[in-house]
Parts: sequence; C-alpha cells; structure tokens
Amino acid sequence: MGSEVLEFKDVASHLIYLVSVVVFMLGIMRMSRVKTARWGNQMAAGAMFLACIGQAIELGMVNWTFIIVGVVVGGLVGGLAASRVEMTEMPEMVALFNGSGGIASSLVAIASYMLLVETRTPQQANVADQITAFNGVALGLTILVGAITFTGSIVAWGKLSGRLSGNPTLLPGRHLINGALFLAAFGATGVMIFTPDPQQGLMALVVICVTTCLLGIGLVIPIGGGDMPVVISLLNSYSGMAAALAGFTINSPVLIVSGSMVGAAGLILTQIMCKAMNRSLMNVLIGGFGQSDGAGSNEDARLYTNVKRADAEEAAMILEDARTVIVVPGYGMAVAQAQHAVREMADLLGDRGCQVRYAIHPVAGRMPGHMNVLLAEADVPYEAQVEMERINKDFKNTDVAIVIGANDVVNPVANTDTTSPIYGMPVLNVEEAGTVFVIKRSLSPGYAGIRNPLFEAENTLMLFGDGKAMVEGMSTALKEADD
Amino acid sequence: MTFSLIMGLYVFILSSVAGYQLISKVPPTLHTPLMSGANAISGVTILGAMTMAAQAAEHQDNTLAVALATLSVVFATVNVIGGFLVTDRMLGMFRAKKRKS
Repeated sequence: MGSEVLEFKDVASHLIYLVSVVVFMLGIMRMSRVKTARWGNQMAAGAMFLACIGQAIELGMVNWTFIIVGVVVGGLVGGLAASRVEMTEMPEMVALFNGSGGIASSLVAIASYMLLVETRTPQQANVADQITAFNGVALGLTILVGAITFTGSIVAWGKLSGRLSGNPTLLPGRHLINGALFLAAFGATGVMIFTPDPQQGLMALVVICVTTCLLGIGLVIPIGGGDMPVVISLLNSYSGMAAALAGFTINSPVLIVSGSMVGAAGLILTQIMCKAMNRSLMNVLIGGFGQSDGAGSNEDARLYTNVKRADAEEAAMILEDARTVIVVPGYGMAVAQAQHAVREMADLLGDRGCQVRYAIHPVAGRMPGHMNVLLAEADVPYEAQVEMERINKDFKNTDVAIVIGANDVVNPVANTDTTSPIYGMPVLNVEEAGTVFVIKRSLSPGYAGIRNPLFEAENTLMLFGDGKAMVEGMSTALKEADD
Repeated sequence: MTFSLIMGLYVFILSSVAGYQLISKVPPTLHTPLMSGANAISGVTILGAMTMAAQAAEHQDNTLAVALATLSVVFATVNVIGGFLVTDRMLGMFRAKKRKS
C-alpha cells in the first residue's frame, strides 16, 4: 500500500484481493435474506479461498512446509468439529471457533515480533524503527485483542457447556484488577516497541501475553451464564477487530477490510441482543446479574396457588377444537429434544385445518436466532416462525398457546410490575390466548429466578413432565380422536 | 505516520461503515448463522498466518517462532473451515414450506 512500484505478482495478488473483498461484501449481503443466505455463505467461503490464492501468489516460491502442515491439521480439526456438532451445542461451537480466530491473530502478531527482533539490522534501534511506531502499536493491540478473544471465548465455552459454573464469579476489586492488567499490557507494549534491547523486548512480549490472557478471563468470569450469547457476540466483534489490527501490523488491506466488517457486524448483533433483553451493554459487561435475584427463588416457587394441572389427553381434547394455535418454544424444548415431536403435532393439527405458528422471542434459545436453527432442523418451515413484534397482537385471537420449555420470556410481570428485575423486558403476551398450555418439568423459576404468575392464571393449564413425552402423548391422543 | 497508514485508516473506517450497513438489515431468524458466518470471515487472519509461516521457515533456528507461526495457521484454518462448514450446515436446514404431495 505504499508508494513504491509493485512487481507484477504483487499487482496480480492485490487485484485478486480486491475481487475477494467485493465477494465478501456481496456474500454478507446475501446472508441477510433467508432465501439467499446459504448461497451468501458459500460466496464468502469462495472469497476466502480466492484470498488465499492471492496470498499464495504473493508469497511465491517460499518454503511451504509449515503452511501446508498448519492447513492440513487445522482443516481436519475444524472440518470434523463442524460436521459432528449437535445443533443444540451451536453456541459452544461458535465460541470455540471464535477463540481460535482470536488466538490465530495473536500468534500472527507474536511471531511477527519475534521475527522482527531476529532480522533487526544495526541501523535499526528498535521495532518502531523497523515498522513505524503506529504499526508497532497495532502489533501490541493485535496481541491484546486476540488474547482477550481467546481466553474470553474459552471461559464462555466453559460456562455454556457447564464445565465452569454459570454463576457470576465476582472477585473483590475485579475492576481494579482488570484495570491494572490492562495498564500493564499497555505499558509492556510501549517497552516492546521502543526498547533497543532484544531480550527486554521479548520479556515485554511475555508480559503482554500473560496479562492479556488473564484479562480475557477477568472480563468474562463475572458475567452470568445466561448472558454468554451477548459475550460471544461481542467477542466475535473482537476477533474481527483483531484481524483488522493484524492487517495494520503486516500491511494487508484484505485483513483490514474483512476484519473491520466483522468487527462492525458483531457490534450490531450485540446491540440487538442487549435491546431484546432490555439491558445495556454496560450492564451486561459489569456482570453479576442473576445472583442477588436467585436467592429467594426456591421459596417463591412454593408460593403458587390455584395451579391447574392437566395431562396429555385433556390437552389434546382442547386442541381438537382449536382453529389457531401458537407454539412458544424455549431452550427447554431443545434440551428435551422435543422439536421434532412438536413439528409432528403441528402437522397433525395442520391436517385438521388448524393454523399453527411459532412465536420466536428474540432471546429464545441461547443465541439470537438459535431457536430458528433448532426449529429448522426439525423441518419447521421458516414462514411459520414469527418474530415477537409481529405475533404479539395475535395472541388475543388465538385459541391455544403452547408454551414449551420457556419461562421468563412469557412472564407477564415484565409488563406490569415495576419492581421486578425483568420489568421492561419485552415478553410474549401468551396470557391473552384463549387457553395457555405450559409444558414444564416443575414450577421452578427460569434464568431470572423469579415467580411467574402465568402459571396460576385462570386460563392456564400446567402440563408437568418431559417436553418430548408430553407432546408425543398429545399427538397420540389426537390421532386416536381421528380414528 | 506514512501515507499507507492513512490509506489503511480510510479502508478501516469505510469497511466498518459498510459492515454496519450490511448487517443492520438482517432478520432475527438469521442471527445465529450470521454470527457464525461472520466469525468464519474473521478467520481471514489466515493470510497473515501464511505470511508468518513462510517467513519463519527462513529462520528455522528460531524454533519457537516456527512453532507459533505454524500454530497460527492451524488455528486460523480451524476458524475458517469449521466456521463456513457449520454455517452451511445450519443454513441448509432452512427450508420453505413443503408442498403437499
């Protein structure tokens, strides 16, 4: 990107890069519509392949041993993981892929620094002399952002998969500790760039690596398991940023373009998610949510009165007369692996002339849009999956609402009780439906740890049991009624 | 500050704006595949990893640098291949209403 005259192979590779970034953009554009999304993703993958070809031409005749080894090993690991993962475990998988992207950028910067130290000529006093102070700062920031992405993603993965406690871990003075770690990393970056002593520079590099890895842990550990989707989305933004910064370090416009696009995209998604939970990003990042509210929850659960129970046969009898049904799925449905059973029941109802739709709360599942993926896996057509804002007004004209494995997102308290911790969170107004079925194992509270008056409402029937077994029971009863 | 850095800043800012515009119109249905697809794109750092692995190969006595550069290629490839594949798997499941036969 300088003003020097380029060789032919550099011109060729840069033209290929240019095509690939345009294809990246077109791919992302197509990914924003359901009909073209798969094609868009394939375009982006093609653009990545093209960019690698460009890089190969730019490198030319070099020793390819380590590149080939890395690509083969990485391709096998990534390919196997991606083809084996269950759809319910998608958030964990994305967290891990995200972490690998972060550490890759970090390692690029670390290796780059080590090679700079190695190739320093006597005329060059320090790294700032070799690559300019700005590139040096970009190098330090790449390590910082990449390492935070890496350890942060690992912690997020641990919390999502239950290997780490989902509770917020609140160390005393954690903001002070994180602040100190950040300052130490920043100071070490200064030393690394400006010191003329190679040994001192490498020591500074080690300090940066250690402090930034700790910082990633320190930033994510105080955040509760339920907020992990927001964290992953933010870390996704960071990994893009790290790639863009790496682009500044090694002067690569492709890295800058693609990385900053992903950085901006991740930021938008994070905002959307926070809005859906009626929380500010700051509020999520400071952490600790869910701890104080959880204490009294078990007592609250015993306070329910007038809970009406029903079994699968009784529920099926009501469904026989229903003209319109809205299913409200929550993550509990996916845990019970009930989505196929739900779709089969919906097919039966559809055959009887009943309209079945699915109401998707923005934070249903564990990532925005996760529920859509889970339903799509069970062959639920996407036209039947309706966003909360569009379906909320329809509940009052609906005969039966079936809540399965969801709790907080259907809690009417969010609309009425100003003292509730979830007050103001947008919820699905299921209580307006003619009859509400709540399929749930017990009366235990949801993630927010609060009581749900929906369970004792006049028009609510509680169907206690395993989601899958309950829905299958309803289907069997519906079939018997037909015979 | 050199001219190429200024150009880099232009590229950075304009791409961020483009990314912001491209993503803000996505329906919620696609948020998960989009997050994972965008994540795969951030694996573009593989280009930097390739460069470093090639440079490190010239200084093979620096075993640590060679190891770290190779690892960066491994991780970046995991990110790219895994990310695009898993996104494709997810999007392959999105189907329109089945025609009644």
